[in-house]
Amino acid sequence: MTALLEVRGLNKRFGGVTAVVEAGFDLREGELLSIIGPNGAGKTTLFNLISGLDRPDSGSVRFLGEDVTGAAPERLAGLGLARTFQHGRVFGNLSVLDNVLVGAHTRLRAVRPVTPLIGPLLEFALAAIRPRAVRAEEAALREEAKQILARFGERLTPRLDHPAFSLSYANRRRTEIARALALRPKLLMLDEPTAGMNQTETAEMQEIIHDLKRSGLTILLIEHKLEMVMRLSDRVIVMDNGSRIAEGLPQDVRNDPAVIEAYLGHREAGAAQPSGAEAA
Amino acid sequence: MNASDLGAWFDYTVNGFVIGNIYALLAVGLALIYGVSNLVNFAHGSVYVVGAYIGWAAITYLGTPLPLTILCVVVACALVGIGIERLGLRPLHGSSRIAPLLSTIGIGLVLDQVVQLVFSPDPRAVPMQVPEWRIQLGGGTIGALDLLIAAIGLIAAGVLYFFLRFTKLGWAVRATAQDSDAAQQMGVDVNRVNMVVFAIASALSGISGLLVGMYYNQINPAMSFEATLKGIVSLIIGGLGNVPGAIGGSLILGLTESYGIALFGTSYRNLFAFVLLIVMLLFRPNGLFERGRRLPPEPLTGTFIARARPLHVPRWVMAAVIVFAALLPLTGNSYLLQVGANSALYAMLALSLTLVAGTVGQISLGHAALLAIGGYASGLLALDGGWPVAVAIPAAGLITAALGTALVFPAFRLTGHYVSIATLGIGEIVALVILNWTGLTHGAVGLGGIPPLEVLGVDLGSVEGTYWLSLAVLVLLALLQVRLLNSHLGRSWRAIRDDSVAARSYGVSGDRYKALAFAYGGFAAGISGAITAHVYSYINHETFNAPISILALTMVILGGLGNVTGAVLGATLLIALPEAFRMLAEYRILIYGLVLLLLIRFRPQGVMGTV
Repeated sequence: MTALLEVRGLNKRFGGVTAVVEAGFDLREGELLSIIGPNGAGKTTLFNLISGLDRPDSGSVRFLGEDVTGAAPERLAGLGLARTFQHGRVFGNLSVLDNVLVGAHTRLRAVRPVTPLIGPLLEFALAAIRPRAVRAEEAALREEAKQILARFGERLTPRLDHPAFSLSYANRRRTEIARALALRPKLLMLDEPTAGMNQTETAEMQEIIHDLKRSGLTILLIEHKLEMVMRLSDRVIVMDNGSRIAEGLPQDVRNDPAVIEAYLGHREAGAAQPSGAEAA
Repeated sequence: MNASDLGAWFDYTVNGFVIGNIYALLAVGLALIYGVSNLVNFAHGSVYVVGAYIGWAAITYLGTPLPLTILCVVVACALVGIGIERLGLRPLHGSSRIAPLLSTIGIGLVLDQVVQLVFSPDPRAVPMQVPEWRIQLGGGTIGALDLLIAAIGLIAAGVLYFFLRFTKLGWAVRATAQDSDAAQQMGVDVNRVNMVVFAIASALSGISGLLVGMYYNQINPAMSFEATLKGIVSLIIGGLGNVPGAIGGSLILGLTESYGIALFGTSYRNLFAFVLLIVMLLFRPNGLFERGRRLPPEPLTGTFIARARPLHVPRWVMAAVIVFAALLPLTGNSYLLQVGANSALYAMLALSLTLVAGTVGQISLGHAALLAIGGYASGLLALDGGWPVAVAIPAAGLITAALGTALVFPAFRLTGHYVSIATLGIGEIVALVILNWTGLTHGAVGLGGIPPLEVLGVDLGSVEGTYWLSLAVLVLLALLQVRLLNSHLGRSWRAIRDDSVAARSYGVSGDRYKALAFAYGGFAAGISGAITAHVYSYINHETFNAPISILALTMVILGGLGNVTGAVLGATLLIALPEAFRMLAEYRILIYGLVLLLLIRFRPQGVMGTV
């Protein structure tokens, strides 16, 4: 069986700084792979290279068997790749519901015809005329968006019409994940989904990610909270200074001396949980 | 090539260097200001005009000798600069990056108007304070004034270098330019640094104005806009915030213009400047002297969208307002209807700009060019093509949509200040092409005898007819825009404005949706320009000039960016209110400038709220 995502020999330098060195891994369908490592290890850069926000200097990325190295983010979204951002990038002036509906953008058919050349003009006309099919599609997506938001319990449902800038930090992250789910992704990339959340909120988020995994979704996760990584992950890759220093099952990685050295700085702290780890 | 040709080229080269030096005095100040405060100062050309007039007044009324004249200009302009920093920049700390830029536009308008009110709009001759001799060199000549300008340029550069390199305050300036937060933490008084930089930059700008006055032997208040633009072009060629680069950029611009005039004639001069600007923005946004195409780290994004909830207007109120407006002709007051039609035509422009600048977040400073394209398209189709007016107007809307979008398309990859500068440059290019493409546009003569409004044989040339047609088109466009904004298309537009990176990651292509916005905006503005052309019956390349772009932006900010009702309200207020106080006619633009300033400072969300 071929992998859903194949990353081979990715390199990226920014000026004199090497951000990612020879990154490579396979991600199989339904798998949850975590990438961990100290701040500045190159995790987010790797995410950007895969999701099309940055071009690698060399190496290749294949998604669903297609070569998507350096492809535009729009194209990757169209193929079914959804990601969240480290610092939470919601559309501040849009309502929570609208944020989620933007997530469904690539799935719109009635209002966004794929006809070449005159596609944009048709889209314009359909937005103005709004035939029955367009209205039906919008209504169905609204329902679906509400259901997705209901995954987060009472956190977001009372705030559907609130502009996203008025949300708490944790709620913005939830909105981001809801937006990603609205794309119906084949691959979900989460960049520190629990950054800035307290223990209760983290536990809730862990439960949600666990549910998503159980439903068969393939997930690539960057996370600092090791306990969560250990519980959720099928495999873990550890990065430091742009390079992979370990890869394997959670329990193996956890006891790898090189990892303990790099990640925690000193051996004695091997069993401790760096619970307060924050965004890079 | 014979000797006299060589002499002519020598003169063009000298002329290019002299003009370049004058631009350098402008651009160095812009670069310094950009360096410490990340702001493109659009009031810079107005300070230059102030400098020219202070110099003129000092010589004329006080009979000052040259050194004293320069001293007067330096002191007065430095004070103006300090005022700009104090009013336009410092109070806006922490608001979006585009806010101080808009605020300097407002200050520029106010300064220009004050100069005009004090000294009258008529041109003045600045008495020459330099001996008239010229040195023969090869086949050409160099005059004393050329040498003086070169000397002042060199001295200014030298003093500036010494100041930045060897004085404590100069160090503070450089530290602030590198990282103003860090500088502040280390005890640098950033406000004081900004103040000093504005004072220096403005003094240089003022000297530049004085020298230009002497060089061309003429000054007028309207020359500020061009000075700002030339300074900005030099700045972009040299790289934003790069002081030596600004000098290099100025000389390149001066020489390019001078040779351009030699080859093609005077009316092409500014075309070279603006084409150079656009080429630089597209291919070397970091300037000629820096490697790489990556834009500087983003202090520039952040749209001018204040976080506020828009006021909700109930449908029945809207309906009542429309009915009331439709019944206005029953009053039989033709003056009222004329103002009403004018308001409606401006409101169409405001609808267009509120979509582009508000909903999609691309602050366009060249929107009047869309009016010009629409006006010329309709006028030419009716005049030279013999089309019926009722067909020519919608066709002009479509042509403006297509042409406007195509012109701005290359600039879609730009963000923040760069979008504003690019649209400003494109707007100027459109006006210059209209002026120079005589074969199509009748050139400087303009379009005369454009047939009056008429639909299916019904003459709408009367005041009532014009009013009803404008109102009907406005209502249709506004309703269509509201409908678009409430669709997924509107959602996509706003997503791009709020975070273009996140939007692209969800498949919302920036290019496609910006193009759709500019197309609709072009259509609305094009229709407005077309109707205007048929109402005026005569237009030329200056009918739809840059101040109209700024006025449109003021309307849109007044109403609330992105807000359709707000755009109509803003246009109506700014057109109708000055009419209500007719004795204030000559203060009208001054009032516009003040309104813009006060809004940015105290109510960035406008009257109706941003959407």
